[in-house]
Amino acid sequence: MRQKALFIVPYALWIVLFVIAPLALIFYQSFFDLNSHFTLANYQDYLTSATYLKMTLNSVWYAALITVVTLVISYPTAYVLTQLENRQFWLLIVILPTWINLLLKTYAFIGLFSRTGSVNQFLQFMGLGSHQLLFTDASFMFVAAYIEIPFMVLPIFNALIEINPSLLNASKDLGATSWQTFRRIVLPLSMPGVKAGIQAVFIPSLSLFMITRLIGGNRVITLGTAIEEHFLTTQNWGMGSTIGVVLILAMFIVMFITGDSREKGGRH
Amino acid sequence: MGKNILEFKHVGKRYDENVVLRDINFGVEAGKFYTLLGPSGSGKTTILRIIAGFDQASSGEVLFDGQRINDVPANQRQVNTVFQDYALFPHMNVAENVAFGLQIKGVKKTVIQQRVKEALHLVRLDGYGERAITAMSGGQRQRVAIARAIVNRPKVLLLDEALSALDHKLRVDMQRELRQLQRQLGITFIFVTHDQEEALAMSDQIMIINDGRIQQTGTPVDIYDEPLNHFVADFIGESNIVPGVMKKDYVVNINGQDFECVDAGMKPNEKVEVVIRPEDLDITTVDKGELKATVDTQLFRGVDYQITAHDQREHEWKINSIHKTTVGAQVGIVFDPEDIHVMRYNESEEDFDARLDSYEEDED
Ligand SMILES: Nc1ncnc2c1ncn2[C@@H]1O[C@H](COP(=O)(O)OP(=O)(O)OP(=O)(O)O)[C@@H](O)[C@H]1O
Ligand SMILES: [Mg+2]
Repeated sequence: MRQKALFIVPYALWIVLFVIAPLALIFYQSFFDLNSHFTLANYQDYLTSATYLKMTLNSVWYAALITVVTLVISYPTAYVLTQLENRQFWLLIVILPTWINLLLKTYAFIGLFSRTGSVNQFLQFMGLGSHQLLFTDASFMFVAAYIEIPFMVLPIFNALIEINPSLLNASKDLGATSWQTFRRIVLPLSMPGVKAGIQAVFIPSLSLFMITRLIGGNRVITLGTAIEEHFLTTQNWGMGSTIGVVLILAMFIVMFITGDSREKGGRH
Repeated sequence: MGKNILEFKHVGKRYDENVVLRDINFGVEAGKFYTLLGPSGSGKTTILRIIAGFDQASSGEVLFDGQRINDVPANQRQVNTVFQDYALFPHMNVAENVAFGLQIKGVKKTVIQQRVKEALHLVRLDGYGERAITAMSGGQRQRVAIARAIVNRPKVLLLDEALSALDHKLRVDMQRELRQLQRQLGITFIFVTHDQEEALAMSDQIMIINDGRIQQTGTPVDIYDEPLNHFVADFIGESNIVPGVMKKDYVVNINGQDFECVDAGMKPNEKVEVVIRPEDLDITTVDKGELKATVDTQLFRGVDYQITAHDQREHEWKINSIHKTTVGAQVGIVFDPEDIHVMRYNESEEDFDARLDSYEEDED
């Protein structure tokens, strides 16, 4: 028993220092105004200000949009991957981009999408003229989806690969077509993967700020951007923390909704 | 001959280099109970998978109602399977699992409910409909799998070791239940097992498979009494198998001693194998015995004693006797000419049947 307790120490330290302490600090900070006086004004501001409300809706809207786009692309991708002979290899190819630093990838897209970037050069070459690509909603969505796709593909792939192939045989044996088998067996059994993917994409997307700034050109203002502004520009840590608390709450809500209810069989 | 609902013609199956089935030929008459019996890895499941359509035969033809079905997809075949690993849908409860096939066919809801209830009753799972699959024991799951297949009333039902997870009593109950159901509904059963007692008890026809080949097909009595070769004799029931020489028709020589028998149609002095079932051997006094032997072991088994004894040539005999003897005693062993069954080396099933017919006609 002693030894077991010892093994837990690093993990416990980590949790306390890097998870619990920051959360507590954010929560604590959110009750102070610019002059370090205890106040509830931050929450009041947040809840009554149209700007913040719009920002919140914006964040949720864009995060949802990113999640949906990512899901629509990732599910078929994951499904096709599981059917391939060297699926582990192809999965690796899909995951590879996640090993590259986010900022680096973002800059790469700036290079691609800029007025004189490769994409515009290609368009001009095709006689389609050059276009404003950067700082548009489309490019923002494109880059965000590009970055999030591996995080959606991986859990869905894992859920699909875990389905016992003899279940598919059983379904066909009972007369189901491939489509019926997919809808009634494969899809429900891969839902845990889909939920995990939604969590992995939606929650981080709520607080995106780098891409909104660099690719979206701050046309899209999300809560992430607001937090960054408050901490780095206006130095209003209290307000920044308040928005942080709101984000954390949103995360818990999403986790609760998509949580694995652990009930198998019986919808009753 | 009734008409064959299912037929295999020269079916072979290979996985790359690995030959699993070699030239399988058989016909299945509608409404009968067939059993595929063979040791693990002999290709039983593979045959079922080819019938169901999950696997393709590498060569040969599969006919259903006289139509070639090699290329018909599994979901269009009038066959249902009870899988060796059950393959129940984990996200559905028991009743939803059983109802699946009927729902796919678009059967009316009220009818589905009724038939699911009946099917669950049949497998002794009344009232379990709402249970999650994960909350069922292995034997219960197996019965759900049976219910899920049988509820569709297919023309042919494939059962892959469908009773293997049940305790003895439930198993015997289910055997009777399945047999009755099969007769009632007129469904053709193809049942896979490696339990020979189960095969003997349930089947109209048994196909013995070994090493990807059908060794012998016949009624349980045929196969038990007249095994074609060493493998079948050894695999079905217990047996004493001793080398012998066929002196002439109806006389076989075992260990230098001539015995009258009922087999014929072999070359004079042909080397053969002789099978005598332990229950056909009786213990008597030394002077009355056709063979003299010393008792080595004796085991009481409820109905009879299982005795082993060795003769003067150190050959071991298994004897099942209702009479008790004592270990170490000198005894005589007696048997009748009908108890001896002579097998030729490497005789094919056709030749075997032809030979039997030839001299059995003579006798008439
Ligand atoms: N997908 C496959 N690839 C390669 N070999 C296979 C495959 N499926 C089965 N085999 C081989 O085919 C042979 C027959 O397998 P099969 O499952 O038909 O045996 P079985 O008679 O059902 O055995 P058991 O009684 O253990 O269930 C085995 O040697 C097995 O290893
Ligand atoms: Mg098998």
